[in-house]
Amino acid sequence: MSDPVLSVKDLKTHFFTRAGVVKAVDGVSFDLAEGEIMGLVGESGSGKTVTGFSLLGLVDAPGRIVSGSVRLKGTELTALTDSELRSRRGHDISMIFQDPIATLNPMLTIGQQMRMAIDAHERLSARAAESRAAELLTQVGIPSAKERLRAYPHEFSGGMRQRVAIAIALLHRPAVIVADEPTTALDVSIQAQILFQMRDLARETGTAMVWISHDLAVVSSLASKLAVMYAGRIVEQGPTATLLRDPRHPYTAGLIASLPAMAAPGTPLTQIPGTTPSLLSLPAGCPFAPRCDRATDLCKADPDMTHQDNRGWRCFHPVTRTAEVPA
Amino acid sequence: MLGFIIQRFLQAVVVMAVMSVIVFCGVYAIGNPIDIVIPPEATQEIREAAIRRLGLDLPLYKQYFIFMGNLLQGDLGRSFVYNVPVLELIGGRLPATLELVLISVISATVLGVSLGVYAGYRPESWISKTIMGVSVLGFSVPSFWVGLILILFFAVNLGWLPAGGRGETVEIWGVAWSFPTLDGLSHIVLPAVNLALFKLAMMIRLARAGTREIMLTDTIKFARAAGISEGTILRRHLLKLISIPILTVFGLELGSTLAFAVVTETIFSWPGVGKLIIDSIGVLDRPVMVAYLILVAFLFVTINFVIDLVFALIDPRVRQGATS
Ligand SMILES: Nc1ncnc2c1ncn2[C@@H]1O[C@H](COP(=O)(O)OP(=O)(O)OP(=O)(O)O)[C@@H](O)[C@H]1O
Ligand code: SF4
Ligand SMILES: [Mg+2]
Repeated sequence: MSDPVLSVKDLKTHFFTRAGVVKAVDGVSFDLAEGEIMGLVGESGSGKTVTGFSLLGLVDAPGRIVSGSVRLKGTELTALTDSELRSRRGHDISMIFQDPIATLNPMLTIGQQMRMAIDAHERLSARAAESRAAELLTQVGIPSAKERLRAYPHEFSGGMRQRVAIAIALLHRPAVIVADEPTTALDVSIQAQILFQMRDLARETGTAMVWISHDLAVVSSLASKLAVMYAGRIVEQGPTATLLRDPRHPYTAGLIASLPAMAAPGTPLTQIPGTTPSLLSLPAGCPFAPRCDRATDLCKADPDMTHQDNRGWRCFHPVTRTAEVPA
Repeated sequence: MLGFIIQRFLQAVVVMAVMSVIVFCGVYAIGNPIDIVIPPEATQEIREAAIRRLGLDLPLYKQYFIFMGNLLQGDLGRSFVYNVPVLELIGGRLPATLELVLISVISATVLGVSLGVYAGYRPESWISKTIMGVSVLGFSVPSFWVGLILILFFAVNLGWLPAGGRGETVEIWGVAWSFPTLDGLSHIVLPAVNLALFKLAMMIRLARAGTREIMLTDTIKFARAAGISEGTILRRHLLKLISIPILTVFGLELGSTLAFAVVTETIFSWPGVGKLIIDSIGVLDRPVMVAYLILVAFLFVTINFVIDLVFALIDPRVRQGATS
């Protein structure tokens, strides 16, 4: 296998607030190969968005990356200066957000906004820039792109706005796109359309994606591998099919059990009891322990990632659905 | 867009008509100018002749229609006191107020927005904290007191700047202006600073609040994620996004300062309309008061009209809301 385009090692991003240190991302590691789509799932507040921002070096004060490594096409991003980092953003790695209404500037035309994103990295004539912008709009499924360049965001539907945002993110053919729940705010039918279009785009252009979602069902239809996040860390990762069929971490198992498609007909959906812990002064030990029905005294220590084949989990008492795995 | 302009224009005309009635009746409710214009020892015949000459014997509505008829022909009547056309009287004073107010409001806006954006962009830096501290002063210190201190310090103690008057003026289009000459400009500085301080403080606060809010939005995050530089983000995204409240306040301040620069004009003996109207109220010079108030209403309506047009030009959502 070739080198990964994106390699994240033990990334920690903490927020130094007045109330204390919030360890929003606390030791996240994963690799992403060219054109690969990884789903990053977890409950609200588990640190998915902060992970995404950390990859682009966009963490706002009072937060900062305290340690770890983000390697993009062989370059260590955490070692770059602000301006070097800026020249990578949008060029080698870009990001799209949840709410397309909030991301585009309502007072500038789509064309102006795309032009700004082009100018940030390249000197193109007005004509060349326009045809590049139109080409990208067409590619993400916006009809009569040339005319639409002169339109303002409010003249587009929510789904179309998100396509525009995707087109902007794709302008410079980045190696990696971080997609932070880009379809959550959209209708289900449009959501599915965009999802599959993104999968095709990733395949055609070789763009790798980190697809953030709190919805395991959405992500598993798209991603070839999954990383499950809990309280600032990845508690389980591996190929999508393997994880869905045979989860090891009790939290992953709980997420799967709460999927409507997974429940046996007639039985009520199981919910994971309790809520996400506050990431401010997390107690020692496995952070999932208060909600875990398998917890023992052993879990007062912090479990490390156990690796097996192409998967891994952080648990002392992993779930075993198939018999051959010892506890 | 044309429909929008026509609609706003008609609105402005209606507002002006209503204002003229209110002003006319309001001014008529206070005092009787005859007692001031005519010496108390005058005979009954002289009194009645004067009342007839000034049109004060007619019923109120007739006086109003005569006044409006004249107004539409550009005749605002004659001052009871100076016995010259009101238009001439006000026209002679307006440029002085206009140049003073424009210079102070525009500089307060340009400087205030720059400082406010900086303070909002780097809220933790000591420069920002200093800016905000100074802006609190601008709000809390009374304007007349600042005026006196400015004179005392820069005119009396240091002798750098003149304490009052317009200085040397230049005629442009038959109107006298101070700003094109160095001497005139030096006369404008202190009153303009005096007028600008409060507005500067307000613009700083407004721009800072807007900047802090906008910088946290996904629009800015998304622009950063696309690799757009901070300078471009501030110039092309931020300034546009904070412009609506700033323009609104700019218009209001421009109008109200033009109308009520009285205190500063008095302190700095600046021969503007503010001083004229105070004098006219003292002697109940009705035509001047009416004309002045209508002029003020006209200024407000015009400024609002222009600001609305600017909104429509810069914000496509306003444009669409106006046409649909
Ligand atoms: N600016 C900040 N200051 C302090 N804490 C922050 C800040 N931004 C995020 N956090 C904390 O980081 C943690 C992770 O937040 P994050 O937004 O990454 O969650 P998420 O997994 O994306 O959740 P969601 O599904 O709701 O988007 C949260 O507990 C949040 O309180
Ligand atoms: S380590 Fe213990 S508490 Fe944590 S998930 Fe595994 S069994 Fe549950
Ligand atoms: Mg999030």
